[in-house]
Amino acid sequence: MSKSAIVFFACLALLVLHQDVWFWDDDRTLLLGFLPVGLAYHAVYSVVVAVFWWWASGFAWPKELEESAELSSEDSKRN
Amino acid sequence: MAPLIVVLGYLGLLLGLGAWSRRFFRGTSRDFFVASHSIGPFLLLMSVFGTTMTAFALVGSTGKAFEKGIGVYGLMGSMSGLVHAAVFFFIGLRLWAIGKRNGFVTQSQFFRARFGSVGIGYVLFPLLALLMIPYLLIGILGAGKILLPVTAGALPGLFPNPETPQWAGGIPEWLTGLVVCGVAFSYVFLGGSRGAAWANTFQTLVFMAMGVLAFFLIARSLGGFRQAAELSPQFNSEGFLTQTHRYDSEAVALRENNPPKVIGKYAGEAMDAAGRRPLLARRPTPVELYAQDAATGEETRFARQYGIGKWMFFSYLFIPLSAGMFPHLFQHWLTARSAKAFRLTFVAHPLCILAVWMPCVLIGTWATGILPPLESSKVSSVLGTMVSTLVGSPLLSGLLAAGVLAAIMSSLDSQFLSLGTMFTNDVVLHERGRRFSDRQILQIARAFVLGVVVIAYLLSRIAPQNIFDLAIWCFTGFSALTPLVIGSLYWRRTTLAGAYASIAVGMLSLLYFFYKSGYGKEYAIGPGIAPAAVCVLAAGVALVKVSLWTKPPSDEILAKFFPNK
Repeated sequence: MSKSAIVFFACLALLVLHQDVWFWDDDRTLLLGFLPVGLAYHAVYSVVVAVFWWWASGFAWPKELEESAELSSEDSKRN
Repeated sequence: MAPLIVVLGYLGLLLGLGAWSRRFFRGTSRDFFVASHSIGPFLLLMSVFGTTMTAFALVGSTGKAFEKGIGVYGLMGSMSGLVHAAVFFFIGLRLWAIGKRNGFVTQSQFFRARFGSVGIGYVLFPLLALLMIPYLLIGILGAGKILLPVTAGALPGLFPNPETPQWAGGIPEWLTGLVVCGVAFSYVFLGGSRGAAWANTFQTLVFMAMGVLAFFLIARSLGGFRQAAELSPQFNSEGFLTQTHRYDSEAVALRENNPPKVIGKYAGEAMDAAGRRPLLARRPTPVELYAQDAATGEETRFARQYGIGKWMFFSYLFIPLSAGMFPHLFQHWLTARSAKAFRLTFVAHPLCILAVWMPCVLIGTWATGILPPLESSKVSSVLGTMVSTLVGSPLLSGLLAAGVLAAIMSSLDSQFLSLGTMFTNDVVLHERGRRFSDRQILQIARAFVLGVVVIAYLLSRIAPQNIFDLAIWCFTGFSALTPLVIGSLYWRRTTLAGAYASIAVGMLSLLYFFYKSGYGKEYAIGPGIAPAAVCVLAAGVALVKVSLWTKPPSDEILAKFFPNK
């Protein structure tokens, strides 16, 4: 399996985690005394998503894409 | 008068920035269209984020949270954080590389080359322009609607406004639209993509800062975060929805309602609702709300469903997929200096969404505890009302208005530029490109941008007021085209016939649901599925089926677009 495919499936896993049915009905729990737990979950989720993309852009960086684009711009400069 | 001075100062700063960014303009058409592929990580992040966020990020998110509760952040905020970043990684980065390699500046150029067909460009160009126009008009109209109440009383002699006397003296919508279009046009005209990137960066920082500032000042006025959270309406033992507090503007303090004020009643099937705060959870909760008509003083009642259904919450993931086909975003991707410039955007985009949306969703939820129930058509006033009631500073009202204008204009400028770029490259240059020098191309592009601005402004003067309802349908339309770009980039077997089938099925399904909705109203399929889900899946299936039935693309095309396979 390619690294891009791993990132894609990890994205799908994150999509599943987005559906936090376990907090659907909870209107009483307030984190830090003011943040409804259903909202706090998605705030943390956003941070996790950012960390995930930080990891993914290192793990599955498409070097060949970068090289092909750079190569062509060098060519066009020469021409 | 103070809010007007602040807004004028802000627009003046923006014009100054546009003039300054002209110093970096290299005077070529490539610099005008894609900033000579020279934009670095921070400017790319700010311009991409500013472009994807409209006034909805501040005003709409607050209003929607007032209407639905905290679930709005998960529905539109955190979901967009994941899906947008995925679109940037899987689609944006690849399109940037292909665009840079082949000198493309519009989507039609890419699709024409990918399918070896001139015709597909002529099909896509009007579709993309048609989907973009309502999106663009929303910005122009939205700016007018925001500034009128904020500047009320500023110039009563000049703008008496007898139709809406409560806003007499406020800047009329036609003038705000004209000024906003003029300012956005001026810096796009002077600096092209580079000018738009600089202006978007400034504007994005402004609207992010204003949202956060409003959040802290409102929380302070409500007695702190803990107190604010306790304000959310609660059902009593008889199923009535009650507000335990009110805000006394004269005393500048919260006062307890004793007994709690009844604002509605639980309207669902039998269950023990006592003690529940429906806006702090996502479970769908039907209520009947009681409001007082401002003009007659009579009580009116209307139905509302707090919360969000599970199917809607899931299927909404197809809406942010629309970013994959936004022409203005495509153009911003192409401005990137290198692939590495995208890295910051992948990582920080979800965090920027968090920084803007989270405070606004909380303000909207807190507002349900102290403002009377409002019908859906009026919820966009919630943020402005909270600022004017709880902060009471004309200066901050002006700053907030400037923040909302910033959010609007950071999308508007890119839309003007991309439509002008499309007209220039997909129509004029495609037909007669060799006849023009680079200087002439630049002049044509600027003339088209001017033409787009003038037409957009004139359309905004005759557009129906319910055009705001069309926003979600525009996104659904762009989403329905996303299988096309995914197939074109990742599946060698995608054929021209498959592409046409995908476009046709996507657009026909969009039109069908649009008709079923009563031409633009909120609509869900079956148990609450967003129409975008069905449009995207149907377009994807059509692309695969028809591609498999038809002859594969030529080796020459495959070698060009899939060189490593």
